[in-house]
Amino acid sequence: MSGLEDLYREIILDHYRSPRNRGQLDTPPAHRTEGFNPLCGDEVVLYVEVESDSDGVERVTDIKVDGQGCSISQSSASMMSAAVKGKTIEEANALSSTFKSMMSIHEHDIGGDGSEAGPANESPTAELPLGDLEALRGVVKFPVRIKCATLSWNTLAQVFDELASS
Amino acid sequence: MSDDTVHGLDVTAIRKDFPILDQLQDGKRLVFLDSAASSQRPNQVIAAMDDLYHHSYANVHRGVYQMAERATNAYESARRRVARFIQAPSESEVVFTKNGTEAINLVSNSWGRANLKPGDAIVLTMLEHHANIVPWQMLAAELDLEVRWIPVTDDGRLDLTELDRRMDGAKLLAFTAMSNVTGALSPGDQLVAAARSAGAVTVVDACQWVPHLPIDVSALGADFVAFTGHKMLGPTGIGVLWGREALLDAMPPFLGGGGMILNVTTEGFVTDGLPGKFEAGTPPIAEAVGLGAAVDYLETLGMEAVRRHEVELTAYALRKLTEDLGDVITIHGPAEPATRGGVLSIELEGVHAHDVSQVLDTDAICIRPGHHCAKPLMRHLGVAATARASFYVYNDTSDVDALAAALIKARDFFAI
Ligand SMILES: Cc1ncc(COP(=O)(O)O)c(C=O)c1O
Repeated sequence: MSGLEDLYREIILDHYRSPRNRGQLDTPPAHRTEGFNPLCGDEVVLYVEVESDSDGVERVTDIKVDGQGCSISQSSASMMSAAVKGKTIEEANALSSTFKSMMSIHEHDIGGDGSEAGPANESPTAELPLGDLEALRGVVKFPVRIKCATLSWNTLAQVFDELASS
Repeated sequence: MSDDTVHGLDVTAIRKDFPILDQLQDGKRLVFLDSAASSQRPNQVIAAMDDLYHHSYANVHRGVYQMAERATNAYESARRRVARFIQAPSESEVVFTKNGTEAINLVSNSWGRANLKPGDAIVLTMLEHHANIVPWQMLAAELDLEVRWIPVTDDGRLDLTELDRRMDGAKLLAFTAMSNVTGALSPGDQLVAAARSAGAVTVVDACQWVPHLPIDVSALGADFVAFTGHKMLGPTGIGVLWGREALLDAMPPFLGGGGMILNVTTEGFVTDGLPGKFEAGTPPIAEAVGLGAAVDYLETLGMEAVRRHEVELTAYALRKLTEDLGDVITIHGPAEPATRGGVLSIELEGVHAHDVSQVLDTDAICIRPGHHCAKPLMRHLGVAATARASFYVYNDTSDVDALAAALIKARDFFAI
């Protein structure tokens, strides 16, 4: 059985207590999207500003996080906002898939020997460092909480989808 | 405090009937405080179902052979016992469904479609579980009904100050007998009387009431009462709709198929009488038998004693948690134990319900975080999620003490 410290790493609690990029942005220019975890009522509201540079590359120039929820969903949202701010949409998406594969690779390990995924499982985008987000690795041992950790990333994907189709 | 003097039940003896509770999780005694979501069931219920499957199983109402007759008798005997348990005037008023949700959907689909028309008003309450909201919203959307809401007080009870005005001209009142979030007991007599004088039909969601308090459906005077087996020591897959015979008789069937007809021709069908008319298809036979055994078990304990036990335990818990956690805990619902059931919706300052439950799980304490399928109520209370602890016949003060200790641990762990 995993101890609480495996799940609630200090850095997670830090982001929970002092969330980064907390607040709202004017819409427009920002785009606002809500994400819900219907199981527990956790709610993440993202305000994302995306601008194209002279080469037409779209970049997240600003992001704010609102909403409420458990320490895992809120700290994950805080870390996500810090990680994608200033990144291009392509980089943010790559980060997202690295993060999600960290969540799901280990999902299959549950009940196994708990060994970390070997190089064969390393995703091609692994050169993108996850930084603080690494701290959420422990969540995979608590399967019901994975949805909390991925909520903000799924909401970000929704933001990009909505921007692309508008 | 000695358990014997505090409780109306011998919890030590009761716990012997629930071997599932007698387990260790990571070396710690399991503390099960989630009966409002689904209770555990005693050996007697499991044995009754096993016995049917081992010795007397066949489809009901069809076979001529002896085993089919035994199965039919077991199924119908369960109906008889449920009817007696709720003091129904007639066992043909007891319809077996899949769960409480289906029982309410039966009423909304059958009675609702046959009796309501565009512009009619129906009245719901802000205390409801989604099971007693969504079926009516679906009907309201289909028939273009007006939906009115009875509000709740800050301490999570129904606010009946304008009841008569809200009921004026309404065709239906659907209310919960006991809130699964705040534990508040609804004043059934007053609600039924108001509905009566407005000429409205009453639908009572008794999913949380029937497991915990004595009920007399005749005395209550409501028209329909729905409840569910798995919250009252019975198995999943079985629920009950009790309805007044005259109303049920006049209603069209809900689901169609075998078992609910007297005759079928190429031109059409003739429905069976009650309660078969509402039991299309092969019913949950073993589940009904299990529910019958659950009812026997509860009757042996005595529902007055069950209620007394839970009032005492709730009083102890409210006192203990407030003493130990003081300002950092909020417990939603009425302060007076006699006016509520054994459901404590807890908010711990600075700690989300999800995290509370996670910390409690490391001490083998089972509670439920979330919105408890009552989002309109949660929004009114101004919370997105609470950590809900709920009691039943197998809980005692040691469970409350474990809960209090673990909540302190959660608070300390997340202390800012
Ligand atoms: C008040 C209330 N009504 C209805 C239900 C629905 O019961 P079931 O899920 O068995 O249909 C529940 C339980 O979840 C409940 O607490």
